[in-house]
Amino acid sequence: MHYLAPDEKGYFGRYGGRYVPETLIPALDELTEAYLHYKNDEEFQRELNYYRITFAGRPTPLYYAMNLSYALGHQVFIKREDLCHTGAHKINNALGQALLARRMGKKRIIAETGAGQHGVATATACALLGLECEVYMGAEDMQRQALNVFRMHLLGAKVIPVQSGTATLKDATSEAIRDWVTNVRTTHYIIGSCVGPHPYPMMVRDFQSVIGQEAREQILAYAGRLPDAIVASVGGGSNAIGIFYPFIVDEGVRLIGVEAGGHGLDTDAHSASLTTGEYGILHGSASLVLQTEDGQIRLTHSVSAGLDYPGSGPEHAYLKEIGRAEYVAVTDEQALGAFLWLTRHEGILPALECAHAFAYLQTLGQELEPNSVILVNLSGRGDKDVQHVAQILNTAENAESTPD
Amino acid sequence: MRLEERFSELKARDEPALIIYITAGDPSLEQLPDILHLLEDSGADMVEVGFPFSDPLADGPVIQSAMFRALQRGTTLPKVLEMVARCRGALRIPLIAFTYTNPVQRYGFERFAKEARSAGFDACLMTDLPPDEADEWLTYARAHQLQPIFLLTPTSTTERIRLVAERGEGFIYCVSRTGVTGARDQLPPDLPDLVARIREHTDLPIAVGFGVANADHVRQIAQIADGVVVGSRIVQMIHEGAQAGNDWRPIADILRAFKDATRL
Repeated sequence: MHYLAPDEKGYFGRYGGRYVPETLIPALDELTEAYLHYKNDEEFQRELNYYRITFAGRPTPLYYAMNLSYALGHQVFIKREDLCHTGAHKINNALGQALLARRMGKKRIIAETGAGQHGVATATACALLGLECEVYMGAEDMQRQALNVFRMHLLGAKVIPVQSGTATLKDATSEAIRDWVTNVRTTHYIIGSCVGPHPYPMMVRDFQSVIGQEAREQILAYAGRLPDAIVASVGGGSNAIGIFYPFIVDEGVRLIGVEAGGHGLDTDAHSASLTTGEYGILHGSASLVLQTEDGQIRLTHSVSAGLDYPGSGPEHAYLKEIGRAEYVAVTDEQALGAFLWLTRHEGILPALECAHAFAYLQTLGQELEPNSVILVNLSGRGDKDVQHVAQILNTAENAESTPD
Repeated sequence: MRLEERFSELKARDEPALIIYITAGDPSLEQLPDILHLLEDSGADMVEVGFPFSDPLADGPVIQSAMFRALQRGTTLPKVLEMVARCRGALRIPLIAFTYTNPVQRYGFERFAKEARSAGFDACLMTDLPPDEADEWLTYARAHQLQPIFLLTPTSTTERIRLVAERGEGFIYCVSRTGVTGARDQLPPDLPDLVARIREHTDLPIAVGFGVANADHVRQIAQIADGVVVGSRIVQMIHEGAQAGNDWRPIADILRAFKDATRL
């Protein structure tokens, strides 16, 4: 198939655009122009590639998950983004944007973070390039992800707690945008996912599509053919779009995004915006958004801080609309189950975010012809989640051992 | 058009418009009529009625909190329209709907334009809908004679100023500084240049807002612009007044001082 998106105004079909205060429009114009210039600039690409290889540890391996394959009766390949420097795919985008910011002469960087992985990646890129870095993080997330907060401090970044709303990623993003509106002349805002106003969804996708480009070559070499399905977790959706994008033209490859179903889609406590959301405008672009009848943004829940967000990138909404990608949700409990299974049986501790992708494999496995080739994006490692998971397991254990 | 009439009346007296922003539903929607009358009686020439939104990313802490309180009390877009419709007849001043895009698109751009106009709004400003994205909205706003107002800021290029001058009606809202809403100690020194830069490209009245907190600010802006917008300061005083048993005297006093400052 032929695929060319977004259009010049940043639209993926009816999704995308620039719904931001007027103050930011000239900065977005400037950013778009700089990005499109450096995207085709050999020297910039050489520089980015140099840091990807020597600093970030690319290419990441593609791993044939033997035990998982045996259990499912399929060939499961895992793209090991968890082996990237800083422990997640977020470094791909942070490095790209930080290098771009330096070329644009911006010396101050701001970012929002949910799980803290994007914050850590941004703080890392800033430490490397000598840029000032401030990260907005929900106060609730700072508790859930205390280790990453400390890492950011060590890297020289200032972490600013956000108390408003639910004190999670949504509120951290709003606060980062407010900072950018105020300091736009000196500051570049490194958005961590394929959300926000144009050119962010396109630019973040492009920086992340290195995942899919590598995976495509690797799977052709190892399996001798394209995969039957690609599975990735989706919050904002950057790891998913990164691995999907180079395969969009391959119509035989099913693209499956797995969202956070929280306590279940029949409750209000989930973050499955692509599965259950409706057309809406949040944080600068039109997409599928969890909202009330009155157009107020809904509170969300997920066991994983990185997926706890009421929207998703406009390109995902578009891929769903044109029927090119499918979006499903798994619950907190299913994700925890997959977290434990993968750790015990593959020796890989996945981030709770990616555990959602693995949790869907059982359902998917039953739909596919036996011995199908499945590619899963393991976008980050789970070390940051160990304490959180330990708490959940202890609580569950205590509940079980309490006599009625 | 009530906005034009009001601006030309004021111009004849060489007075800029005192425009007050409030958040509907704070302290309660039932008190909106009283507050609108209070503002009109105390010297406001126009009022921007803010529709609360859960994620107001152009607003500072004061208006964020007001919106949060308003939503907690169950304020919704149709309820605001209904309340305005109910009290509009007894008010003479122009009313401007001030909102974020999502609640409006959810309600339906056409339905909102039609119903806001029939409720008695004269104009509408959507903070996160720049003119480039406003094609659909403009069609309906114009069809129902709800004047679309757009913003310009210190970062606006000549090209942007031309676009807003071409698409905007009623007045141009000039944002005094880069940043979100909220009272500040001082006005930015480059504000007169910004207003002059906008003036080169338009005959529309220019109103300056963001960070306007005291009579001195009002006086300074009165010398360079056709209107001055005060938001957070009044929103904060409404909140404090409500907590002090609905004591609105300080608001009446400060509005009179602001209005006096526009006359100097």
